[in-house]
Order: sequence, then C-alpha cells, then structure tokens
Amino acid sequence: MSVTWPTRLDEAVDAAAAPAATLLAGGTDLAVEVNAGRRRPVAVVALRRVPELRDLEITPAEVVVGAGMTFSAIAAELAAAVPALAAAARTVGSPQIRNAGTVGGNIVTASPAGDTLPVLAALDASVELRSAAGTRTVPLRELITGVKRTAIRPGEVLVRIRVPPRRGAQQFLKVGTRNAMVISLASAALVVDEERRTVACGLGSVGPVPVRPAEAEAFIAGEIDWERLTVPEGAVARFADLAARAARPITDHRATAEYRHHAVAVLVGRALRRSIDVVPA
Amino acid sequence: MSSQPERLPRQPPPGTRGQPLPDDSAHAPPVAAGEPVGVLAPYELSVNGTVRRVVGAWVGESLLTVLRDRLGLVGTKGACEQGECGSCSVLLDGSVVCSCCVLAADAVGAEVTTIEGLTPPDGLSDIQQALVAAGGVQCGFCTPGFVVAIHDLLSTRPDATELEVREALSGNLCRCTGYGRIVEAVRIVQREREAVGG
Repeated sequence: MSVTWPTRLDEAVDAAAAPAATLLAGGTDLAVEVNAGRRRPVAVVALRRVPELRDLEITPAEVVVGAGMTFSAIAAELAAAVPALAAAARTVGSPQIRNAGTVGGNIVTASPAGDTLPVLAALDASVELRSAAGTRTVPLRELITGVKRTAIRPGEVLVRIRVPPRRGAQQFLKVGTRNAMVISLASAALVVDEERRTVACGLGSVGPVPVRPAEAEAFIAGEIDWERLTVPEGAVARFADLAARAARPITDHRATAEYRHHAVAVLVGRALRRSIDVVPA
Repeated sequence: MSSQPERLPRQPPPGTRGQPLPDDSAHAPPVAAGEPVGVLAPYELSVNGTVRRVVGAWVGESLLTVLRDRLGLVGTKGACEQGECGSCSVLLDGSVVCSCCVLAADAVGAEVTTIEGLTPPDGLSDIQQALVAAGGVQCGFCTPGFVVAIHDLLSTRPDATELEVREALSGNLCRCTGYGRIVEAVRIVQREREAVGG
C-alpha cells in the first residue's frame, strides 16, 4: 500500500506504470467511490504536484489545456479563449468541487453527465496520453467509448487537451433540478466557426457518450447567412428538432427519456438564438 | 493474496454496497511476510499551522476521516461523503474544498485550515458572531462548513454582491434556515469590516 507524490511528468508516468497504480487528480470522483466502498486503491499516484499538468498555452493555432487544471482555473482563465469550456467549468458542482476537480478527471471518469465532454466534442478537441511506451494523441470522440469507459490504456497519463481554434460564438447550457450543485439532466454546447462556416453541437447526458448531431449541424450551416451572421426564424426549430433526434436519452432516477429529449431541443434552440441573430423568414 | 485494509473508519469494505466495481487491489503485488498490511507509512500533515503525524491510516482514507478520527479535530462535520453538502469544508492551500473528497495522503505538503484554525482562542470570529446574531445557526451542523466558505469568499471578494454570496455558498447545504439568515450574516460581516476600514 503506497502513495507517491511525483513532482515531474516523467516521474508521474513512471509511477503510473505500476500494475496496481490508481491515478489521483482532484479526487472528487475517486474519493466518492472510495468513501462508498466501491473502489479500494492500493497504490495511489497523486498528480496534483506535477506543474506540467496545469500548463495553459493559448496561441492563435491552438489552445492547450493542462489536464490537471481545475474547473475554477478553467472558468477564470479560458473565459475569452474557449468560452464554452469556461462556461461548462463554472456550472460544475460547487466552489468546493470546482477548486478540486479537474478537466482531465472529468474526461477520464467519462460520465455521460460530464459537463466538459459535450463542449470538447463540439470543439473537436483531442487529448494527449503519455506512458512509458510514448505519447499518443486521440480525438476526444474516439477516447470516450461508453458509459464511464475510455480507450485509455493501463499506464497512460492524460497530460493535456488540445483545442483547435474556433472564431465565433460559443455556448454551454445545461438543465438540472436547480441552479447550483447539479448533475446535468441534459446539456448542449454550441460552437460557431465563422471562418470555416460551421456550427458544431455537442449534447451531454442524452447518450452513453457525447452526441454530435451531424445532420442538424449540416442543416443549420446551410441556413445561416454567413455574411450577416443571421438565421431565419423557421430554421431554429428545425435545427433543434434534428439535434434532439440524434440524442439517445434513457430514463433513470434523475429524469425520463422524454423529458431529456424535450430539454435538449430547448437548449439547442436557445444556444443558437444566443449565438446568431434570428431574423423573420 | 491481496492486501486487506485492517481498518476502514466509517468506510465499509468493498462490495458491501451493490456490486463490487473494479478493485484496484486485484493487480496489487503480493505482501511480503512481516510487512504491515493495508497501512501507509506514517506521514505528516500541516493542519492549522501545526505539523501533525498520521499513523496507521490506509491509502483511501479521506482528509475528513483523518481530521476527525485520527487528529481529533471534530469541528469539521461529515455527512454526505460525496462532495454534495459542504459540511466538511476546509481550506487546502487557501482554497475551499470538501475534505471528504480529498485523500488525506494527498494533503501532504499542503496547508490545511479547519474551522478550529479559523476560530480565535478567546471566542468567536466576526463571521461566527454574525451567524449567531443573524439567527443563521439553528441545529448548527452545517455551520462550520459555512464559516469556512464565508471566510474563503470574504477574503477574496470582500464586497461580494448577494448573488455572488449565494453562488459562493451554493456548495453548502442547510436544512434549517432557508439560507436567508446566513446571507444576512455575510452582509453583517461586510458592513462591520467596511466600517472599520477592513
């Protein structure tokens, strides 16, 4: 039974190679599992002291987010560069949770309700994984393979998230039972790119993995007047409906599938209205 | 043979609630004869400015458990054990966190401040006094967590608006007061500190 406190990335990768290693970031997921008796770590690798995992690099070509950045840090430091990610980070849990929980932990846990996941899916983000065998970069959409399942291999440390540049409005909206301290019943991220003339949409809590409604995205990109940045009124409902059709919600103890289906359509329509001026058809 | 924690304070062994999930100890190396089973080597935590030695803890023990059950600092309360209620709030290197969601061994090298560290030896802090005056203390179970969260808020944003106060306290649940009197207590502290030029 052991704890290691690496202070350099290479030390963390070495420690992660141990067969029984349990990687610990903010602890807000792992500690809950341990407290409930569902996990019993024996060799914890505490990543909080590795400065490389908290690096943030903002350039015109890319935003590179350290996996160990807390939700509080992301909300504060990415509000201008990646507003949808900052907005999602600000809706996670409470100040206590945001001060401890990290974006990398959110990804690795891969909960369907992980609030950063639909945003990162809509941004076409990819993650950098490092192990003793080397480094590989995996698109987020390939990394998350199911409910709390990822393609991360034993011994790999999630080091950073690479977010390609997008120029235009971004939104993140979620629905829960109250404003604070809530697990999403449905969420939607919208990312407009005026340069590529695309609208990307990521839906959360309405499927085992974040949903990208391809048909809705293609439809609305064709409806937008990209010179004036306007969209006809009639297209909004159609976009929301197409997006909701791509969702695969389930009924559980938090909400019914019907409610989630309805809510996600409302969120997508609202996100579009906040991003693009709606004009009479 | 897998290592078996000898003591799991307030934490049931795996598999006693629902299906056992992936047990990391399945991959654990065998324990050599004579080696203490399931217990970490003693480590030190800095709590309220004092170095405290933690002996006999297992690796999964939360900071909340260590503070209360091993170090006798029972001002910090435990309730939900899942970061939902805020009653276990402490400052970790100056940031408010839920101590139930911090593995105690991960607090090595950090400064931990508990309600005991925020309470003057000769009475109550202005935050505690204001909570009493405003009727923000009823059953009192949530109060230590609120004091820590209010301390954190007012040390970074002394002139926080009511909306900011409510957001800053959104991670602390109170089932008695309805929050109005707690928010009023924050306002009292703000007025008092402003009056003395603090």
